[in-house]
Amino acid sequence: SKCLVVAEHDNKDLLSSTLNTITAANKLGSDVLLLVAGNNCKSVVDKATKIKGVKTVFHADHPLLEHGLAETLSPVVVGLKERQQLTHIFTPATNFGKNFIPRVAALLDVGAVSDITSIKSDDTFTHPIYAGNAIATVKSEDAVKIGTIRTTAFEKAPVEGGSAAVEQLDWIAPLVDQAASSTNIKWEGSQVIKSERPELTGARVVVSGGRGMKSGENFKMLEELADTMGGAVGASRAAVDSGFVSNDLQVGQTGKVVAPELYIAVGISGAIQHLAGMKDSKVIVAINKDAEAPIFQVADVGLVGDLFKVVPELTEAIKKAK
Amino acid sequence: MDDDTSDFGSFYEADNEDETNTIINMSYKVLVPVKRVIDYAVKIRVRPDKTGVETANVKMSVNPFDEIAVEEAIRMKEAGFASEVVAVSLGPKTVQETIRNSIAMGADKGIHIETGTADLQPLGVAKVLKKLAETEKPNLIILGKQAIDDDANQTAQMLAGLLNWPQATFASKIEVDKANNSVKVTREIDGGLETLSMKMPAIISCDLRLNEPRYAKLQNIMKSKKAELKVQTPQDLGVDISNKIKTISVEEPAKRSGGIKVDSVDQIVQNLKKHALI
Repeated sequence: SKCLVVAEHDNKDLLSSTLNTITAANKLGSDVLLLVAGNNCKSVVDKATKIKGVKTVFHADHPLLEHGLAETLSPVVVGLKERQQLTHIFTPATNFGKNFIPRVAALLDVGAVSDITSIKSDDTFTHPIYAGNAIATVKSEDAVKIGTIRTTAFEKAPVEGGSAAVEQLDWIAPLVDQAASSTNIKWEGSQVIKSERPELTGARVVVSGGRGMKSGENFKMLEELADTMGGAVGASRAAVDSGFVSNDLQVGQTGKVVAPELYIAVGISGAIQHLAGMKDSKVIVAINKDAEAPIFQVADVGLVGDLFKVVPELTEAIKKAK
Repeated sequence: MDDDTSDFGSFYEADNEDETNTIINMSYKVLVPVKRVIDYAVKIRVRPDKTGVETANVKMSVNPFDEIAVEEAIRMKEAGFASEVVAVSLGPKTVQETIRNSIAMGADKGIHIETGTADLQPLGVAKVLKKLAETEKPNLIILGKQAIDDDANQTAQMLAGLLNWPQATFASKIEVDKANNSVKVTREIDGGLETLSMKMPAIISCDLRLNEPRYAKLQNIMKSKKAELKVQTPQDLGVDISNKIKTISVEEPAKRSGGIKVDSVDQIVQNLKKHALI
């Protein structure tokens, strides 16, 4: 059997979500093929060939593939399915993957499984539903099994040790051009917030703030705490909705799902939607002035207190302890 | 001088009166699929026989993301872009309540696709919506980005694929450009925002921050109870909604038990050391 992994990348580097997805694909015991579709993305292809557990890297290069648009990427994946007799197609359960893979599934007239957290066999998978309050085991009887992989549920594949063959996909240009003109989609621009801190979903430590932070300025405190451990900063939906921080920091059912070694929840009450995004963290520390806050029911270490006093103290104490 | 030029421009436009009028009078129809789900505030319970979650005697509501879609469509109507908003829902008769909720908010009409107890999955739903798109001919179909029961986040994208229409998922801002028959959508991506421009007809899925849905007025709720809904079945539409992804079991996730409460920052630090985190 053959599993195609559609890589998430920025035309220069692979994103780490791709590595988690490759690990999931390797659990099927089939050949893992990686599609790198982008614009001038050869440096991504070169790096991809070295990943352990990848047999072939397909390189699709076209100006209209630069931004990973569903309209132009989907026909490339469908074309590969027809040429390669794929049995599985996986991609990360990030906004990138969730955006295009259902479109591919519809074009192939098959279903798709979202947020796969474990692979029981080549056709049976588990995935969370109801914000992680239930886990469904599903069996796909479709000819090709399509799914998005929850990255926090799988380790990253090693970036060294592989030697995959590269295959140029020279048949894609007419398909991509046709898709772009028939759907009339135009990419206008993007505003991507560059941060010195690690990416939220891949960070070893995440410090998140909730409504209790009271303002966006107060998130500085959390940044200082995160920086003592090389961590990332996140937020609850309440904090994002209150306008304290931008939405890409949101941890939860409808935001990012994280599972770091250490998650520090500050001024977060712990709504189920938030817990869905962080409850698989290894160690959870909660700081909240309300002793009854539900976050304490999942926290390994809880401190009831005034966050404006506790957080600076904790930052200093960690600096000293190191 | 600039003003003169623009006057000239409009003089020439007047020659093309027919075309100009078509553009100005063209009124958009918006189709909004809505799903009935367990209310977001309800703590769900897994059935002891592991076949699913308990839905008997549980409060049901409109999927919150779909409510955002309805709100956006109504705002387009209020802004003069849209002339008609059609709400559609698939499921047993109880989903008519969900459709009426959309009508109470401001939708003009409702379509109920009666599917009885069939296991609805995104592909089957998308196939039904494709058929409706062909008969209703909407300019825009606006959906919630995901339903909070299955969390699938697939229907909008599948529908866009089946129709070969452009798609803008996870929308946080929508601007209609009537003159160009296009719509500009700002969408949430990992790490920030992206803007797409789509010629209509097009598909949009809504993210949380697009708008805040209104509460329906009591008077409108009363009126919506009497609204006549069009009822059809997938068979009427010639659509097969069966699917090949079978649920084997539904179980509770591994419970995470609360740990200890500490009294001081030092104790937090000691715990972090114990777990070798610092």
